[in-house]
Amino acid sequence: MLNKNEILETVDMISERHLDVRTITMGLSLLDCIQGSAKATANKVYEKIVREAGDLVATGEKISAMYGIPIVNKRVSVTPISLIGASCGGYLELALALDRAAHEIGIDFIGGYTALVQKGATPYEKAMIDTIAEALTLTKKVCSSVNIASTRAGINMDAVKKMGEIVKQTAYQTRENDSIGCAKLVVFANAVEDNPFMAGAFHGLGEADKVINVGVSGPGVVKTALETIPHGDLTEVCETIKKTAFKVTRVGQLVAKTASEMLQANFGIVDLSLAPTPEVGDSVAHILEEIGLEQVGCPGTTACLALLNDAVKKGGIMASSHVGGLSGAFIPVSEDIGMIHGVASGSLKLEKLEAMTAVCSVGLDMIAIPGDTTAETISAIIADEAAIGVVNNKTTAVRVIPVYGKSTGDTVEFGGLLGNAPIMDVSKVSPLKFISRGGRIAAPLHSNKN
Amino acid sequence: MKGFITVIGKDRVGIIAAVSATLAEQNINIEDISQTILQGTFTMIMAVDLTHASGSFEDTAKILADKGQELGVEIAIRHKAIFQAMHRI
Repeated sequence: MLNKNEILETVDMISERHLDVRTITMGLSLLDCIQGSAKATANKVYEKIVREAGDLVATGEKISAMYGIPIVNKRVSVTPISLIGASCGGYLELALALDRAAHEIGIDFIGGYTALVQKGATPYEKAMIDTIAEALTLTKKVCSSVNIASTRAGINMDAVKKMGEIVKQTAYQTRENDSIGCAKLVVFANAVEDNPFMAGAFHGLGEADKVINVGVSGPGVVKTALETIPHGDLTEVCETIKKTAFKVTRVGQLVAKTASEMLQANFGIVDLSLAPTPEVGDSVAHILEEIGLEQVGCPGTTACLALLNDAVKKGGIMASSHVGGLSGAFIPVSEDIGMIHGVASGSLKLEKLEAMTAVCSVGLDMIAIPGDTTAETISAIIADEAAIGVVNNKTTAVRVIPVYGKSTGDTVEFGGLLGNAPIMDVSKVSPLKFISRGGRIAAPLHSNKN
Repeated sequence: MKGFITVIGKDRVGIIAAVSATLAEQNINIEDISQTILQGTFTMIMAVDLTHASGSFEDTAKILADKGQELGVEIAIRHKAIFQAMHRI
């Protein structure tokens, strides 16, 4: 029999500590939608999404009411569109079909305007990448990602160079809205095929036809749990985070299982992520500060984040039958009130964020940088992140927003879950020659490690 | 289907009566009640059986939330599974 304290603990976590399910994401294969012409393919894509994911939003709401827990986002991820349009072309037509379908079924975002070019790009993938800026301008809900590196393939520096230019183009084309298009574009190293989180979600080729992946959250719950042990040593800190992560993940497992049954889809994975929002009480930075940092960004930040990230995984892994996605702590800047304060006060710098990405879930995420940052500097930032991911055998990513017309110290307001951000300073020392060389950085050696 | 109702807020006359009456109208059986005042806040937990409930789970949740507003307390109902998932292996 459940006791009173257990029931009240659950209620408190949800109603006071922002425990929520961040997303139910349905992964859909579009391989069976490929037709001879772009128009016919676009029609098939639209039909399949509306048919298979039509009940996703209603089902999410039903589960939310049943368990009394918010399910913040309902999303769809699809097979990388670069492959779907390989023979018929017409990529923009496919982007518009994705956007139309997303609007029709009422989901928040659709991910998969994607190319995987870690070793090299085919002509059709190059053609697709060339349309990204326009696709993100013409659509509202479509998210795009490009994988430019992997531990096995190394880093495709031609693609890195190209993506710096695409980020700049996207920023310019969406300049009327503070370059918001860049918030829907992620450049990955070691991208995963079952990530439920945007903007980087796509449905990998190794996946079944229709899969449910769930992303949990709960930074507020972890912080509150740590508040109960203000004088505990770090072993106690880890144990507390593990216990909390276990409980949070069990909710994710329950929701994923229920959703996959109701939607007659395969149960994919639960992503054990601590995903912050701009709301007070929902910050990963504040967890690090609760552990004992005066402010995020000071020396010790990387160690605290490593501890947190590892404890979240250890606690969560037994709570779910299948763990996957990005699983770990997210450190987006604009989406985390503690990170925003850290940048605004000068405590948190881009270089420290880069170090933090070596030990956490993803990478440089939702970082607003000056609009005059050059394409080659953005490419070099991407290359640095890719190097960290490739060498350390982990996923890393870059989602930076060179906000058109804005400079260091200005602030940009993206609104909603995307939050707001002070523009961060970026070094003006040029990496142009390095980026212009092109070619590939070979896969790293994984023996004789030091 | 079993669920737990939690009622949290400022104590006043008639909260249990009002919630019980609402449940009776919905044909929901109360299996257990526990109630305390925690740091001045009225806190009640009801274990209920919804097998013969007249409305859907969502309808019941909405009716209870509305009743809570009327009484000035927060009333929520959740499926038993979420508590079990979190606290039992």
